[in-house]
Amino acid sequence: MAETAVVPQGTGQDSRPDALLAVKDLHTWFELRKWGFIRTGWVRAVDSVDFSLAAGEAIAIVGESGCGKSSLAKTILGLNTPTRGQIFFNGRRISHLTGREGEWYKSQIGYVMQDPYGALPPFMSIRRLLEEPLLIHGVKDPAERHERIVEAMTQMKMTPVDDFLSKFPHMLSGGQQQRVVIARAIILKPKLIVADEPVSMLDASVRVEILQLLRGLQRDMNIGLIYITHDLSTVRYFSERIFVMYAGRLVEEAEVDDLLDDPKHPYTKALLEAIADPDAGNASVYRKVPGGEPPSLANPPSGCRFHPRCPVMIKGLCEVEDPPRFEPTREHKTLCWLYREVSGE
Amino acid sequence: MAHQSSGLTVEDLYLHFRTRRGVVQAVDGVNLTLDSGRTLVIVGESGCGKSSLSRAILRLLPRNVHTYKGSIRLGTTDVMTFNDELFRREVRWVRIAMVPQAAMNALNPVIRIQEQVAEPLLVHGSTQDLDEAIDQARRMLRMVGVPQDFAERYPFELSGGMRQRAAIAMALVASPDLVLLDEPTSALDLLTQANIMNVLKAVKQDLQSTFILITHDIATSSELADDAAVMYAGQIVELSTADQFFRDPLHPYSQKLMASVPTLREKKTLEFIPGQPPSLLDPPKGCRFADRCEARFARCSEEPPVFTVRGGRRVKCWLYESEATDG
Repeated sequence: MAETAVVPQGTGQDSRPDALLAVKDLHTWFELRKWGFIRTGWVRAVDSVDFSLAAGEAIAIVGESGCGKSSLAKTILGLNTPTRGQIFFNGRRISHLTGREGEWYKSQIGYVMQDPYGALPPFMSIRRLLEEPLLIHGVKDPAERHERIVEAMTQMKMTPVDDFLSKFPHMLSGGQQQRVVIARAIILKPKLIVADEPVSMLDASVRVEILQLLRGLQRDMNIGLIYITHDLSTVRYFSERIFVMYAGRLVEEAEVDDLLDDPKHPYTKALLEAIADPDAGNASVYRKVPGGEPPSLANPPSGCRFHPRCPVMIKGLCEVEDPPRFEPTREHKTLCWLYREVSGE
Repeated sequence: MAHQSSGLTVEDLYLHFRTRRGVVQAVDGVNLTLDSGRTLVIVGESGCGKSSLSRAILRLLPRNVHTYKGSIRLGTTDVMTFNDELFRREVRWVRIAMVPQAAMNALNPVIRIQEQVAEPLLVHGSTQDLDEAIDQARRMLRMVGVPQDFAERYPFELSGGMRQRAAIAMALVASPDLVLLDEPTSALDLLTQANIMNVLKAVKQDLQSTFILITHDIATSSELADDAAVMYAGQIVELSTADQFFRDPLHPYSQKLMASVPTLREKKTLEFIPGQPPSLLDPPKGCRFADRCEARFARCSEEPPVFTVRGGRRVKCWLYESEATDG
């Protein structure tokens, strides 16, 4: 908000030349007001976030509710205005796109929301729902529109297509509704899909099916996928890299197997400890998890934001100074003072 | 702390609802046994009737009930023979309590936590003395991990995890024989969830409580289970000890369900169940899972009885007819 509108510019500042999406020092803060006009503070939903995503790559952003992961998604989608920092898409800066550029960007990204029923207007038939994005983005030929609708629905395994086209959202099951939402997200052949908790409202037995469909599409169409979830147990199957988010920060990032087998940040360790695999032996053991609650984003703790709950907090350091990004092993980065010596920096 | 009874027996329990589109057979002939001091988890997908089952056990019924019959025995007393007033006085919250879904949002916003937790004691006449009831409430709150100074606060001053603990304390305060936990952790954060599970494990050990845990989350259910039941389309299709169930589920539905659970520690090929559960308005005549089952054969068009197989496990599937030990 401090910055004036900037026309999209070519990159040059990008560290990863192949990056489809590069997010640099992104802050999304929401203003807190009293009586509607006196600013009393900020909710720091996204606070200094950096990451990039290669074309065709699937990443997961994992965090608990209220950690800012949905705000991050919405900022990437252009629904929130970043307070500070930049987002580059295909080398173009998108933070302040308007007009034609904005339309173009919207055709390049698909959004899959958590609640499929809420995402589908109840009075529109499946055909109209899927036709709408095509109309907005200027596909004028009705035959071509029909063809693309059929194609998207076939990709989502909603066949025979004709059985579904004239139905309304309430006539479909939750799994089918979510497929329509995904079909709508891919119908413009985007380069990037942001899926915000796409399966948390669905039953266990259909979750896997939807995730596999999404992952298959991402591979076949070479789409970048940002999978936002609180469920660490699914990420191994559906993404290549994981980012762990806590209180507005990305506290750890690594390849999936690397992160799950060898977590570095105490918060990630606690998350992994908290997740049960189905096993009758679980009933006889207590899980060693830190107490407390995630901090308020309006008034986050000083220093490392996890320090009040951290079992291995270093007195005199963690509560005073914000940890920088250390890289204890290759391609495995974490914001934690524990790794200040082993880091290559 | 338990009363004189031992365990719960549910026989042929039916709960059907009347709707404009017909009769919804939410609970359709459920049989269960649960020994005192053990925990039974009931897993099932949404709409399989698991919450209706818990409401049927506690007789918390809406107005549109079509059929409500069967027998629910606590020890040797058949509580289904009680009239509503007697049931309210003698059973509900005194012998069977419940932590409903999203219980943390069910607390009264204008009453202090300790007074809400003490309320069941006063209502059910275990004590007339408010101070004594509050004392007991505070003891129970301490047990579930709510700090003493939180007891005097109002619900909105507490986090979700703390409110959920208060709801659990409220269910436990009258030392019931049986506590129904309906998705007690589903609205909470991961770490809070694990903390609540730790609390329930501790309570179970210290008070020897009998729990029925109703959930859709198989991984979490294993945290507390001694016995496990699987519910599908209004019926219990499998019942066995947790040990056997998590290692080797018998019913094809349970097997598929287990294969669809992503695991963190080991890699496996995830499967899903094609199709969707049948409508409870007009469920199929034969086995209700037959349409989605890979192992179906001619027999499946008839409804399978419950077979008792190795180790006393019960399974409602024709595949186990030859192994059945009870003929």
